Amino acid sequence: MSNSGSNSFTRRRFLQGTAAAAGVTAVSSFVPTRFAIGAKAPVRVGILLPYSGTYAMLGNSITDAMKLRLAEADHKLGGRPIHFVQIDSEMSVPKAQQNTQKLVDKEKVDFVVGPVHSGIAAVMAKMVGSREGPIMIVPNAGSNAVTGPLCAPNIFRTSFSNWQPAYPGGTVMAKDGHKTAVTIAWKYAAGRQMMDAGTEAFEKAGGKVIKDIEVPFPDVEFQAFLSEIAALKPDAVFAFFSGGGATKFLKDYAAAGLNNSIPLYGPGFLTEGVEAAAGEAAEGVKTTLHYSADISNAANRTFRDAFEKATGRSANVFAVQGYDAGELLIKAMGAVNGDTGATGAIIQAMESAEFPDSPRGYWKMSKAHNPIQDIYLREVRGSAQKLMGVAAKALEDPATGCKMS
Amino acid sequence: MDTPRSVTFILTLAVVALAIFPWVGESFYVSLVMRMMILGIFAMSLDLLIGYTGLVSFGHAAFFGLSGYLLAIVTPDSGPVSIWYALPVCLAGAALAALVIGWFSVRTTGIYFIMITLAFAQMLYYYFNENTDLGGSDGIFIFYKPTVMLGSWTLLDLDNHYTLYYFIFAGLVGSYFLLRMLLRSPFGQVIRGIRANEARTRALGFATFRYKLVSFVIAGTLAGFAGFLEGLHTGIMSPAHLGWHESGTAMMMVILGGIGTLYGPVVGAFAMVYLQDWFQELTEHWLLLMGGFVIAVVLFLPNGIAGLIPQLTGRLRKKSPAAQENGDE
Amino acid sequence: MDISVFLVQLLNSIQYGFLLFLVASGLTLIFGIMGIINLAHGAFYMLGAYLVFWLTGITSNFFVAIVLGLPIMLLLGYIVERTAISFLYKRDHLYQVLLTYGLILIFNEMQKLLWGTNFYSVPVPEILKGSIPLTENQVYPHYRLFISMVCLALAGVLYAVIGKTRLGMMIRAGAVNREMVQALGINVGRLFAIVFSLGVVLAAFAGMIAAPVSSVYPGMGDQILILSFVVVVIGGIGSIKGAFIGAMIIGLADTFGKVLLPDIASVAVYATMAVILIWRPQGLFGKA
Repeated sequence: MSNSGSNSFTRRRFLQGTAAAAGVTAVSSFVPTRFAIGAKAPVRVGILLPYSGTYAMLGNSITDAMKLRLAEADHKLGGRPIHFVQIDSEMSVPKAQQNTQKLVDKEKVDFVVGPVHSGIAAVMAKMVGSREGPIMIVPNAGSNAVTGPLCAPNIFRTSFSNWQPAYPGGTVMAKDGHKTAVTIAWKYAAGRQMMDAGTEAFEKAGGKVIKDIEVPFPDVEFQAFLSEIAALKPDAVFAFFSGGGATKFLKDYAAAGLNNSIPLYGPGFLTEGVEAAAGEAAEGVKTTLHYSADISNAANRTFRDAFEKATGRSANVFAVQGYDAGELLIKAMGAVNGDTGATGAIIQAMESAEFPDSPRGYWKMSKAHNPIQDIYLREVRGSAQKLMGVAAKALEDPATGCKMS
Repeated sequence: MDTPRSVTFILTLAVVALAIFPWVGESFYVSLVMRMMILGIFAMSLDLLIGYTGLVSFGHAAFFGLSGYLLAIVTPDSGPVSIWYALPVCLAGAALAALVIGWFSVRTTGIYFIMITLAFAQMLYYYFNENTDLGGSDGIFIFYKPTVMLGSWTLLDLDNHYTLYYFIFAGLVGSYFLLRMLLRSPFGQVIRGIRANEARTRALGFATFRYKLVSFVIAGTLAGFAGFLEGLHTGIMSPAHLGWHESGTAMMMVILGGIGTLYGPVVGAFAMVYLQDWFQELTEHWLLLMGGFVIAVVLFLPNGIAGLIPQLTGRLRKKSPAAQENGDE
Repeated sequence: MDISVFLVQLLNSIQYGFLLFLVASGLTLIFGIMGIINLAHGAFYMLGAYLVFWLTGITSNFFVAIVLGLPIMLLLGYIVERTAISFLYKRDHLYQVLLTYGLILIFNEMQKLLWGTNFYSVPVPEILKGSIPLTENQVYPHYRLFISMVCLALAGVLYAVIGKTRLGMMIRAGAVNREMVQALGINVGRLFAIVFSLGVVLAAFAGMIAAPVSSVYPGMGDQILILSFVVVVIGGIGSIKGAFIGAMIIGLADTFGKVLLPDIASVAVYATMAVILIWRPQGLFGKA
């Protein structure tokens, strides 16, 4: 981890700059509280992510990368040590309330990082956003609502809104000259939001979605739908699945021979982390996402090496989201020198946070606390994700329903 | 079947402890105990089927979840609903569902009964899972807790932590005594007869189908009451509330606490919720512990915790005549 | 729906039915003959898939991987039967449900410890890579044809073993009347151990065969588990023929449900089951 030392040094120097700038406005609300009592007491960071079941990979990637970033900063936040409280969310909505309460009421965490599942995100946002208490950092769950109707001063997201990676996909599809398309996704909120965004962009650019197929979640038996697509003969297909479901869909799509006549598009999760598993089946699939392994900035290369060294796995978009969650914590606590009681100043620092050195390239927080970020166009070639360019520059979520923006 | 005196003593202590708990416990644990009590009612209702009627239902969560969803449906986005309207709707919905599902299910026995109840529960699960108007797989919020008014006077304010706690507590104690009364009635004698030997009970002239169906409906309604409380407490219902994992967990609570004892399943619910919480704190691989624990209970503790209490207290008193008399039921 | 589309969907239904039968056959065996509800069946399916992924990586031959993997699963099945299941034969189904539920938790966690949380896939073996044109833009891969062949062969073998061999005779007799068989000097305990291990092997085999068309990921067994129960119950517990017909019915209900009633596709499968059980509470080929 020594080679990343210089990297974090520049980060820290930069940080001092913003801290000073933010300090001008923050000083008035700066009231030393808990900090005055225990300067060396650990900052308590609660994590609620899935570590079992189908989405365990996401939970592990996010956690490992966040801890990697904090390790680069000597395991300190604003000069104070860090205490983690980690809970397996089990992707269970019925347990979401109990788990959140445990972090907030029992463990009295200063920050809560999570979750992956949109339903759990809504529960957490509702509980955390409605009270004076910890600051919530969402490192994945893309539900538009989190930074839409549920948005709150103490809720931040370092990942994406479902709208973001999907919308440019529709534009790209139209730009490639396709006139008609079929959309296919799991029938749940994330799938619906992504398909709506893709359709919106595609039809705005003159295309026409001739059929909207919803697959029962989390069913992975696609054969009937593929035959339907074959019979409809659209110019293109716009699809969203993720994880094991995505692999199966890509393989089934190719096995049915559809990849020869109907090109496949989608939000990047369709191919993220599954290139190796899907093999040749993913060849030529074009997706849009806020990250690409190929991004050639130094930060991305350093990050990928460090992540692989620390975990033995390759980094993916989820890891990047976790890494930036760690970065956001460092920025926030740095701005107040570790005073977790200065909630107003922390929020201000997080709101104005900019990430010039993120592995995904430059991004910053929107007024609704969602990343304003570039969306990349990627294409799978030879079982690897190739960066084809930027599909949308500094894309901001419309944040419909958020009263803060 | 009378509860041993040692158990009555411990239960009384437990009830007193529960009554004063909100004043001494941390707020997280107070909320956790609310969850335990709700699941206790749920498990108790399942025990009426498994432990007393001999119907091993693998779809009991259907009524629990359905009722919670009904609360979500009758609660408008703009404000609270009256409990005098919401509670009857939820209970009636659960009862009606239990009547329909029971009508088809209780004709079958053994594995087929287990499977057909599972199938019906899965049907409801997928209905809610795919119904995007009701939140689909993400679930649906209940933004406002129902009002409890008499005329224009607020009887109970369920938004108050303490009030909610005692409301659930009263629900638990009330359900227990209701079931106890039911089981001591002639009806209770008949369903226990069915469990012991259905053919004989039928030969005695009882229409066993009808008795089993009534038992199924009562259990479903009570599960619905627990589901209503769950919606009240958590403010969200999701399809997972109706899933087979939830039904399985309820079965586990019944076994762990002690099948056919009423209070046992409540003990089981407390133990299960606590253990899950504790195992998770111990290790990241807590599922190994949980799995091992479940297997150990099945193999070594088939009568559950309730089966242990008389045994232990009996041993403590060195087999005094009173203890023998009170021994295992 | 025009006729060619209908035929293609019919083919899809049968294909899916074959896959379901592969999984359900082992379940119905354990279910019907031993009277054991094995919720861990899906976990064995998952372990089979992971095993074939792992062994294909080592041997770089899919078929060799299967041949090496099956004895491992046979052994695992035997151990599980001896150390846990065998204590449950005289106990209520309730305990079987719970014990095998505990097994699911343990196997899921073991999978995580052994292979991590990533998803993998197994390449289709080289000789089965081709495909047959189906419509002007859809093809039918050889591998799926291979699955159908395997499935038909398996159905035939199971049917013959249970109907015609001495082992099959003992199995059938053991299912009907344990004491009688015991009295005839047959070791029922060992017989059941064999049957359970075979059931586990069948589950794992299904996972292995499905791995190249599916992908390999944590929790993959949970989804298939409940569906295979539905298949077994529709067909009548313990009946291989029933499982086959049940699998076809569910294949049809699922495929055409998705095409014709997309809003309630999953409900359709369970509604089919409910209707069949209301009509015939013992399933299509079950004995009362």
